[in-house]
Amino acid sequence: MNDLTSLTLTEVIESLKDKKFSLNELNKSYLERIRKLNPKLNAYLAVNDSCQKIPAAIKDVISTKDIITTASSKILANFVPPYDASVIKMLDTQGVGVIGKTNCDEFAMGSSGENSAYGPTKNPWNLNKVPGGSSSGSAAAVAADLCVFALGSDTGGSIRQPASLCGVVGLKPTYGRVSRYGLIAVTSSFDTIGPIIKSVDDAALVLEWISGEDKMDGNCYGKKFVRTPLRWTHNIRIGVPREYFGEGLDPKVKKVIQDAIKKLEELGAEIKEVSLPHSEYALAAYYIINTSEISSNLARFDGIRYGKSRDNFGEEVKRRIMLGTYALSSGYYDEYYVKAAKVRTLIKQDFEKAFEKCDVIVGPVSPTVAWNIGEKINDPLTMYLSDIYTISANLAGIPALSIPCGFVDRLPVGLQVLGKAWDEETILKVGFAYEQVTDWRKDKPKL
Amino acid sequence: MNYEPVIGMEVHVELNTKSKMFCRCSADYFGKEPNTHVCPVCLGLPGALPVPNKKALEYCMMIGLALGCKISEKSLFERKNYFYPDLPKGYQISQYRWPLCVDGWIEIAGRKIRINRAHQEEDTGKLNHRGNETMIDFNRSGVPLVEIVTEPDFRGVEEVRDYAKKLQQLFRYLGVSNADMEKGDMRLEANVSVRPELVEGLPNYRVELKNINSFRFMVAAIEYEIKRQISELEAGKKLTQETRGWNEQKKETYLQRSKEEAHDYRYFPEPDIPEISLQSSAIRLQQQMPELPWDKLARFQKQYGLTKQQAEILTESRELADFYEETVRDGADIKQAANYIINRKINIEEVLPAQVVISIKGTSMGIISDEESLKKLAKEAIAENPKAVEDFQKGKESVLQALIGTVMRKSSGKADASKVAEILLKYLRNV
Ligand SMILES: [Zn+2]
Repeated sequence: MNDLTSLTLTEVIESLKDKKFSLNELNKSYLERIRKLNPKLNAYLAVNDSCQKIPAAIKDVISTKDIITTASSKILANFVPPYDASVIKMLDTQGVGVIGKTNCDEFAMGSSGENSAYGPTKNPWNLNKVPGGSSSGSAAAVAADLCVFALGSDTGGSIRQPASLCGVVGLKPTYGRVSRYGLIAVTSSFDTIGPIIKSVDDAALVLEWISGEDKMDGNCYGKKFVRTPLRWTHNIRIGVPREYFGEGLDPKVKKVIQDAIKKLEELGAEIKEVSLPHSEYALAAYYIINTSEISSNLARFDGIRYGKSRDNFGEEVKRRIMLGTYALSSGYYDEYYVKAAKVRTLIKQDFEKAFEKCDVIVGPVSPTVAWNIGEKINDPLTMYLSDIYTISANLAGIPALSIPCGFVDRLPVGLQVLGKAWDEETILKVGFAYEQVTDWRKDKPKL
Repeated sequence: MNYEPVIGMEVHVELNTKSKMFCRCSADYFGKEPNTHVCPVCLGLPGALPVPNKKALEYCMMIGLALGCKISEKSLFERKNYFYPDLPKGYQISQYRWPLCVDGWIEIAGRKIRINRAHQEEDTGKLNHRGNETMIDFNRSGVPLVEIVTEPDFRGVEEVRDYAKKLQQLFRYLGVSNADMEKGDMRLEANVSVRPELVEGLPNYRVELKNINSFRFMVAAIEYEIKRQISELEAGKKLTQETRGWNEQKKETYLQRSKEEAHDYRYFPEPDIPEISLQSSAIRLQQQMPELPWDKLARFQKQYGLTKQQAEILTESRELADFYEETVRDGADIKQAANYIINRKINIEEVLPAQVVISIKGTSMGIISDEESLKKLAKEAIAENPKAVEDFQKGKESVLQALIGTVMRKSSGKADASKVAEILLKYLRNV
C-alpha cells in the first residue's frame, strides 16, 4: 500500500479516523520508503524507528529531547538535547511524532543544502541538482514522500526557497507567531519555524498546531492561528512588485510566474503593480544583521561544553562569524549594524505602504530553478543572490507562502505569496484557490 | 606639588529574587551542590531563550529611584560579547546604551556624588580550581545583578568607604539584596587617577582596579594606587589607561591588562528580548518606596531629638529602627530607650520591645519579681485575651508581646519583663 505515503496530512488524519490504516502501518510504510530512498537523497541525518505517531520530519536545528540534534555541524556531532523545542511539545499533544531529523545547511546557513557537514541533500526531481536550502532535507523529504509533513526554519528564505525548488508548499509565518524556544538560533531577529507540507490546507493545520503565545519566548506574543475554511474572496487585490521582475530573474521562471498571476486574475483577483523601492538594499542589510547575530549566537560553541573545538565549523559558518564580528566591532558598528537596522525599518515601511493598495503581494520565490550541485558553492555572492526575493519578508517580519506553480526544464517553480503581518489567513486563501484550479502538486518526482 | 585623587566606583549587587534573571531556576545558589540550579536557559543550551524576571527589573528600579535616578523611557537589553569559560552563551545579557536608570545622585560626606546609571544584567557561572582541574558551576549563572556606576566624584578613600556602606544599607532597607560582601553579593570596582590640586578637568588616564573580592582589599588597593600614581607623576612618568589587580601578599597592585589589550565587547541590542517600557511600574514603585535610610536618619534626629551619632546607630538597619520606635510607642522615654538600646547592644532577635520598656521603667521604680504576683497577673491577662491564646497556638507568636503589654499595664509597668515572658510562655504552651 505504497499510496499511503503520498497522502496529505489532512487526508492521513481522515484515513486514520476511518480506520483505513493504522499508525503502525503508516510508520512502517514511511520507514520502508526512507530506507529505500534516503541513501539516494540524504534527506535524513537520523531516523527514529520507534515513531508511533503521525510521522513528521524535523529540521536538525530544532531541539528534540533524547534525539541527536547536530544543526548539520561537526561541532555538535554528539549533542543529544535534554529538552524539546516548544513546537515539538505542541505537535506531540496533537499526536505527531518525530520520524527523523533532516539534513540542512550547517546552522541553517546556505541556500543549497551543500553546506551540511554530513553531505548534500539531493533534489528528488533530479539527483544532480540541489534541493535548495537551508531546509534542504525537510523539503526533499516532503517532495519524496518520506514523511507526512516537515518542519523547517526560515531566516532568509530557508523554508520557501527549498519548497520552491522541490515543488512542495512552504510557509514562513509572521515573526512572533510561532515560538522559537528550542530552535538553534541563527539570526534571532529573523528566525521563524514553519511547515513544509503537501498542500495549502496542511499548512493551515500545522500552523494552528504550532502557533500561539509561549512564555519561553519573549518575542512570541502572537495569537494562535485559527484554521477556518479557506474560501476564495472575489476582488482580492494582488500586488505585483516591479522590483521582483527585473534583471537576474530567469526569463523562463518569469514566464511561469506571470502565467500563475494570470490564473489568479482569471479567478477574479484585481492585479495591481506595486513598488518596494528599497528592495535593492535588502540583501546588504540582511547579511549585516544576519552575520552580526550569528557571530554572537555561535559564540557558545567554544569547545568547552560540546566537546568539539571551533575549527569544526564549516567554511560558510566561519565566513559569517568573521563578517559579523567585524560588523559589530567598535568603530564599524554605526557604519554597518546601525545603518542596516535603519534599512530594515525602510523595508518594513515599503511593505506597509504597498499593503495599503493590496491584500497580498505575489512574485517569484527564487530567480532560478534548482541548479547543479557544486555550481555555486565556491561563489558565496552568487549563492546569496538566490535569496533576493525571500529575505525582505524576514527583514519585515511578515508571513510568506511558497506554492508550486509550474516547471521549467522538468524542475519545479514556486510562486511566493506575501501577506501583512499576522495575516497568514489571506495568503493561505490565495494559495488554496490557486491550488484548487491547478494540478501542479499532483506531479510527483519519479524515484 | 599636592595631588588630589579622582575616583569613580562601579558596584555590582546580586539581587535576592526567588528566580534567576532570565529563567525560573532558583537564584538562591550559595553553598548549593554544583550545577543543581540549572536549566537549558542558564546553561545557554542551543535554542534556549531568555525571558526577563519582572521582579528583578522592579528591584533595579527601586535602587534607581532611591538614588534619585530617572527611569528611562526606552530601555533595552544588549549583548556584551566576550569569551570566558564561566560564560555559557559567550555573551552576557547586560545594558549599555539604554540603561534602566540614569542620572541620579547620593550624598556622601556632605557632597553630592553623581550616579551615572543603575542597570540590569546577569551573573556568570563560577570556576572552581581543584588541583590541575577546573570545574565550572553554573548555579550562579543568570542570577540577577544590578550595576551602579558613579561619575568620578570621589576625592578620597574615606568617601569610597562611606559610599559602599551606604549602598549596602540601602540594599538591605529596600530588601533587594542581602548585600553580604563575604558571599560576593556586593562587588566593587574602582577607577582611580590623580591630578594636581586646583587643576580642573579629568586626568587623561584612569586605572581600573578589578577582580578584588574583598572590601578591605579594595580600600587598600585604592590607597596604594593613589600613592603609586603620585610617585610616578613626581618622577616625571606618564600614566596610561590600564587594569590592575591586588596582590595581598605583597600589598601592592599589579598590571593585569594595558589599554592595547582592552576588550571590544561588540555590544548590540539583544534580539531575544523586546524593548522594556516600565514607566508605569516606576510610578507605582515610587509610591511604595519604604523610608530610605538617610531620610530615617534625619527624621530620628528631628522627631526624637537624638544626636546624629545615636540616630546613626538606631537606623543602621530597618529592623533596629522599627524596634526603637516600638519601644517609644509602648511608652518608653525617647532618650532612655535610645541610650538603653545603644549602650546595652540589645539583640533585637531575642528581646521584645515591651521588655525594653519594662526594664527601662524598672530601673527607675521597684520591680515586681515575686513569682506568685506575676503568675496572678499573667493568668488575668490570658483570661482577658482568650483569642490571644488561640492565635498563639496557631503559631502567631507576636501575641506574646501583647500579653506582656497587658501585664505591664496591670502592674503599672513594674513587673519584671523577662520573668513575665517566661511565665506567659509556660501558660500559653500548656493551656
Ligand atoms: Zn535556569
